[in-house]
Amino acid sequence: MNQPLTVTSHNLEGSPARALITKIGLDGHDRGSRIVAAYLRDAGMEVIYTPPWQEIQSVVQLALQEDVDLIGISSLATDHLIIPEMMAALREAGLDSVEVFVGGIIPEQERPMLLKAGVRAIFGPGSQRDDIVECAKGLAAESREKKQQAFGG
Amino acid sequence: MSKVSDYVDNLLSRLRNGEVASLARAISLVDSHADVGNALHHAVRPFTGQAEVIGITGPPGAGKSTLINALITELRGQDKRVAVVAVDPSSPISGGSVLGDRTRMGEHTDDPGVFIRSLSARGHLGGLSASVLRVVDLIDAAGWDVVILETVGAGQSETEVAEVADINVVINAPGLGDDVQAIKAGILEIADVLVVNKADSPLAQRTERQLKAMLQLRREESQQVPVVSTIATAGSGIEELVSAIGSQSQSKFNASKSERLLDRTRRLLAQQAAEQLKCWLQGDTSPESASIITAVIEGNCDNEKAITDLIRIRYGAIL
Repeated sequence: MNQPLTVTSHNLEGSPARALITKIGLDGHDRGSRIVAAYLRDAGMEVIYTPPWQEIQSVVQLALQEDVDLIGISSLATDHLIIPEMMAALREAGLDSVEVFVGGIIPEQERPMLLKAGVRAIFGPGSQRDDIVECAKGLAAESREKKQQAFGG
Repeated sequence: MSKVSDYVDNLLSRLRNGEVASLARAISLVDSHADVGNALHHAVRPFTGQAEVIGITGPPGAGKSTLINALITELRGQDKRVAVVAVDPSSPISGGSVLGDRTRMGEHTDDPGVFIRSLSARGHLGGLSASVLRVVDLIDAAGWDVVILETVGAGQSETEVAEVADINVVINAPGLGDDVQAIKAGILEIADVLVVNKADSPLAQRTERQLKAMLQLRREESQQVPVVSTIATAGSGIEELVSAIGSQSQSKFNASKSERLLDRTRRLLAQQAAEQLKCWLQGDTSPESASIITAVIEGNCDNEKAITDLIRIRYGAIL
């Protein structure tokens, strides 16, 4: 039976969102990142989890090879200051469709700097599980939307 | 339609050119069963059959990921380009998963000669994901020399990797069972190479003896399975492991590569046919199918006849 190859969808609809949860810099406090990884797992996502101390170039490689939709960076000891550098590296690698959110201890006055660099959301102490999960879902959906547009264009 | 084939052509040529992002995207498309993924898999077919596929399986915590980390180092020393596909289980409750195998392979993240991809089993039993055969084909077509396939932490019967990999390495952790465990049917039987990892543990020698004793009870032709002791964290025994894999793969490949490819493709088709058939039969809510199912419930029809009938009403026109 020689049926023609029919292609009706090119998106990843129905397949779980893929998130990278990691930490850059020298801070080793990884409880927060583990908790968020578990939150997202329980929300049905596929979470690529790494230990702390990742270098920026490693994050880029992880995001590339794993084709993630979003990256969550946990920072509790000033490592958020190198996030703009990471954002630039992601863009340089062509990963514009990957959304980034940040959690941990981020001083109020430094938040605009992160948002300006392209970070989509920041979660401080006391953040609620549902808020984090909803945000992550929304970002993953936006990322896939962008990937879809890249297909159409 | 033409847009899709343009997209597939474009992705294929970039993938063949070694672009990592394209390979990664292609794997997502195939893994999610998107139609374009199927088209893509079809398109890479002519370029497959080059890579050597090494399966690594064993119980949770035996040291599979750590051993793979050491294997990568050794194979990179031989100038081979190494890809790893690491499968982790998915949650039976949420469907989500935490993919943490590559955690142990972190030292290779920045090496352009290494590609690591984590997959969720997505509810598939057997130790791998349903998409894994096709994912391996994509990596193969992208020109990687070796594909290392890491299963989920396997129990006794997750032997599916044997159907995908050319060479199967089964890792044992010391002290997990006695000599009766060793002669049971299942995972130990698929090993081309047996590894006792954590060889610095006091129970390692006993485990090695049990495995060797188990091999002696086999038919003669399947006794020739090397047992290698390793300490993956220290890189000890890895050279021996690579040479054992090499010699086993040589004797296996000599057998006949085309026959193995035929086997592998047949299994792929059978697996996909089963998936597709299940999907179609479950989606068939026609009155005809309902009456067949009712007959089963009332005891007027056995399962086997019902299945034949269900397939017939769906495909009668085609068959």
